[in-house]
Amino acid sequence: MVGFSLALAAVAAALAMAAGAALPMRARVLWVGVLTALSAAAGGAAAVAVLAGSGTFTANYPNLFPLGGVRLEFDALSAIFVLATAVVAVPASIYGIGYSAHGPASRPVQIAFPLLVWSVMMVPAAGNVTGLIAFWELMALSSLVVVLAEHHHNTEARTAAQWYAAMTHLSLLAIVLALIVLARQAGGDSFADIRLGVHQVGPISAGVVFLLTLVGFGAKAGVVPFHVWLPRAHPEAPSHASALMSGAMVKLGVYGLVRVGWDLLGGGPVWWGAVVVVVGLVSAMFGILHALIASDLKRLLAYSTTENIGLIFIGVGAAGMFASSGNRTLAAVALAAAMLHVVNHAAFKGLLFLGAGSILSATGTRDLDRLGGLARRMPVTAATFAVGSLAIAALPPLNGFVSEWLLLQSLVHSLPSSAAVVAVAMPVAVAVVALTGGLAAATFVKAFGTAFLAMPRTAEADQAHESPRTMQIGLVALSGVCIALALAPTVFAAPLQRVALAVGGLADGRPIHTNGVYLQLSGIQAGLSPLLLAVGLMVMIVAALAVVRRGRVRRTIRDIPAWGCGRTVQTARMEYTATSFAEPLQRVFDDVLHPEIDIDVDHRTESRHYVQAIRYRMHIRDGFEHRLYLPLLAAVRRWGDRARAVQNGSIHRYLAYSLVTLIVVLVVSR
Amino acid sequence: MLKLLRKIVRTGRVTETIPHGAGPQPFLGAPDPLRGSLQVRQVDAGSCNGCEAEFAAAFGPVYDAERFGVRLVASPRHADALVVTGPVTRNMAEPLMKAWEATPGPKLVIALGDCARDCGVFAGGYGVAGSVADVVPVDLEILGCPPAPADIVAALRRIVGS
Amino acid sequence: MSATGIAVAMLQVVLTIAAAPLLVGMMRLVRARLEGRVGAPIRQPWRDLRKLLRKERMVSANTGWVFSIAPLVLLASAALVAGIVPFLSTRSALDQVGDLFAVVYLLLLGTVFLSLAGLDAGTAFGGMGASREMTIAAIAEPTVLVAIFALSVSTGSSNLGAIVAATLAHPSTAASPESLLAFAALAVVTIAETGRIPVDNPATHLELTMIHEAMILEYSGPDLAMVELAAHLRLVVFLGLLANLFVPWGIATTVQPLHLAAAAAAVAIKLVALAATIAAIEVFIAKVRLFRVPELLAASFVLAFLAVTASFFLA
Repeated sequence: MVGFSLALAAVAAALAMAAGAALPMRARVLWVGVLTALSAAAGGAAAVAVLAGSGTFTANYPNLFPLGGVRLEFDALSAIFVLATAVVAVPASIYGIGYSAHGPASRPVQIAFPLLVWSVMMVPAAGNVTGLIAFWELMALSSLVVVLAEHHHNTEARTAAQWYAAMTHLSLLAIVLALIVLARQAGGDSFADIRLGVHQVGPISAGVVFLLTLVGFGAKAGVVPFHVWLPRAHPEAPSHASALMSGAMVKLGVYGLVRVGWDLLGGGPVWWGAVVVVVGLVSAMFGILHALIASDLKRLLAYSTTENIGLIFIGVGAAGMFASSGNRTLAAVALAAAMLHVVNHAAFKGLLFLGAGSILSATGTRDLDRLGGLARRMPVTAATFAVGSLAIAALPPLNGFVSEWLLLQSLVHSLPSSAAVVAVAMPVAVAVVALTGGLAAATFVKAFGTAFLAMPRTAEADQAHESPRTMQIGLVALSGVCIALALAPTVFAAPLQRVALAVGGLADGRPIHTNGVYLQLSGIQAGLSPLLLAVGLMVMIVAALAVVRRGRVRRTIRDIPAWGCGRTVQTARMEYTATSFAEPLQRVFDDVLHPEIDIDVDHRTESRHYVQAIRYRMHIRDGFEHRLYLPLLAAVRRWGDRARAVQNGSIHRYLAYSLVTLIVVLVVSR
Repeated sequence: MLKLLRKIVRTGRVTETIPHGAGPQPFLGAPDPLRGSLQVRQVDAGSCNGCEAEFAAAFGPVYDAERFGVRLVASPRHADALVVTGPVTRNMAEPLMKAWEATPGPKLVIALGDCARDCGVFAGGYGVAGSVADVVPVDLEILGCPPAPADIVAALRRIVGS
Repeated sequence: MSATGIAVAMLQVVLTIAAAPLLVGMMRLVRARLEGRVGAPIRQPWRDLRKLLRKERMVSANTGWVFSIAPLVLLASAALVAGIVPFLSTRSALDQVGDLFAVVYLLLLGTVFLSLAGLDAGTAFGGMGASREMTIAAIAEPTVLVAIFALSVSTGSSNLGAIVAATLAHPSTAASPESLLAFAALAVVTIAETGRIPVDNPATHLELTMIHEAMILEYSGPDLAMVELAAHLRLVVFLGLLANLFVPWGIATTVQPLHLAAAAAAVAIKLVALAATIAAIEVFIAKVRLFRVPELLAASFVLAFLAVTASFFLA
């Protein structure tokens, strides 16, 4: 069953690539979408089978490459990430049919997209170092092509692709180094051999491997300080590809970290978990603050991905800390929270990116300050984007709340039995999770409120129309997934136990108990029933409606002007914009964000007391980009300039270089 | 803080009591839902602020109109009655109209002061558009230049009926 | 989930809805008396609500479905929370449905919908109120959750019934440092979240100083009644949490009618005492500037953080 599904996924992906290469434009877009959706669905079926308990699937192709073969090992940990990929890839592919018709329909993009979907599903399925690196690089290259999709008329896309290429290869370099050291010391290339031989790896090498892993996979996951590619690449890629990259691809950074750090290496001292928690905390705070002040919708979503990956890292790191200090049951709960958030985030972030794509194709802009009033013009997009916004703000009764609740439970119940480092870290972690929760709510009130509510701020927003049917199907399907995950997280009780068992170095036991309605945690006396919360809310709404209707309401008067305090004209320029909405919070966090503000005041020529015009400009830079990367790039450029002195065009100088080289070679090789 | 507390205790209650049996003469035009609860939005259509001072005094400790269920609100959407002061100036005619349109029914307009009734000394002024009744339908008039707070409270009591 | 549990939950919802406007009327009366006024009768808020239900509903042309459903969601979330919080008995059927975290996030759900409604009105003040409300909600969040952390460390659970039961079983914990610190932290948050002085002035008429009022400037008639009732209800819920989490005595641990009646009397006394204290303090202080509010909330966060630290190092 699993093998058949994986084979089907590969065949469908290959056919989709062939369709992308061979068919004419209209048919190309259609068939690539359908076949890619089929491929992702087949991968999802394999994942469901493994999570439902069909056991680990392995396969071996020893002679695939000249120097090494590829082994597949598809266990529950792989499956949860493949499931997350399928959750976003199937709707995104269908959405892509309508979306590409007016945009990225060129052959390279239509070939790269199925390849990207397939390679994202195959990375977790890889069972040896060679396979992992091969699929990893395939994923990196195909996503790079997708980021470059609109480079003809968009120079930003080129810069974004350069940043992305640099970061993704930094990531590859660190991963290759880490895995080579690990494979060599453990004496084997396949994961099974590494697990057997890991005891031969000394604590120092293990620490080095772990840190390299953290850098390599962290760069892909987009955690601080490697996040700089996310807010550049996500806005420029086609929206259904952004959905896939943000919803699924960056999660593979988490996968790699858990697989290498706690499965292959079998876990380590407390500081491993602590480092991951700290990275997660910084990423969550930094990501949500920049999402809060962003007015470019897709940039906002990209920064919010950094935040959510931060939350997942907090869960993984906390699990590591608990496991190292002996509380493996609690570690299972923290890991379950992180893994559930992986799936949930795939659903709602995919949904939000698709919604942003619909806005972009309807209005031609991603700038929230130029939108508004879309709820009337694009009702389906508005309703689904609202579901995504509530979910990502972790509000009940939607799915983001369930994983955030699990995470908070695992953090809160760590104190009595643990070490002092845990006791210091956990209150900070809870505070950061809470603050990011509150700021995420503010961020998505801003995003939804300024894009969809009140009056349109520009003519483009005024003339927006609802997107084509296929795009609506993608949006509705993903919001359905969000709601289903919210109401029935209990179906994940047994699968999450299998995931915990798959990560031998981290957790054991059954994190979640359930009787179908209530969620209960092992070792923690706390319960939650998202289903009954939703039912309760509905009952209350119906009751309130009944009472209000019974009151003798005289009538409803519609379509009157809003009360503007007696102003004679009420225009969209009086509405709060995204920037003004975020201003109070931006002021609160001035010390972190360091906004650069210019105010120019022009006076009338007659008198200095009368103002003609005021110009206000505010710019907030990404501190890491500004302070870390730009100086680094400048240094590299300086080195390059200096090296230019070596090459001055004189043939005598070049002959001298050859002579010196020859002598050096002779001396060394003697 | 202790000083303030001492002052509160020493001052006690300063509200003037209404003589027993001096119930209001009911205002027949008052809609039934407004009995016992009246939210008022005050609109200054161009007054000299004399009426505002007396109106504010009607809600102060001495006259305490709030004890009869009358409360000032910030938006005509929340209001049951508009209390309009002053002659309606040209610039305030449209905002006054808008405020009246923005008030959900059943609603009342109370013209407060002589100017609101017939423009008072400002009648015929170049900036005056007319009396309140020229712009919005007036239900109740409170006379005086300015009206005494006790008169204002008495008129409001006619609407709430207590 | 037993039938009696559901009955207790429904009883709590009905009683808190009935009591919430009365409590607000009582607070206004206390304020009036301290100002030397007679003040409106305690039942005045109920009269106002009844009148609003009989008025016209006005919906402006700019607004859409968010504006229409926001009052319903706000009221429903507050009412659901009123069923979860242990006002009368620890045996409410909703106790296992949601814990203290669920309560906090349900209240945030209402805040989010009201802010969206403020933006939906499309007026400058609606957006301003929404922006300010979300600012305060966001920076109050860490205090609330860390205070919950402190409470659940000493009791081993974040379920409200379990926390109350633990305090009943070990009365000395009510006076422990972590409990007192967490109480102080939550009290500050209660002031901020319910829009009382010094954070927001519920009786203001000046739009530029508004937070809560600015968001609801556009609501009228029955919609306004729901928003107002929800605001009253949220006040009672916050005060009820403060009262019964830290001083739970009197609460019923059974579902016998006699115990429930006694619990109702006990919680009424506690609520009146808390509300009267808040109303009295409000007479003595002025509203602070908006950009001083984060400092106030930061101070409350420090208190909550100290509470967790105390619960770990003093345990």
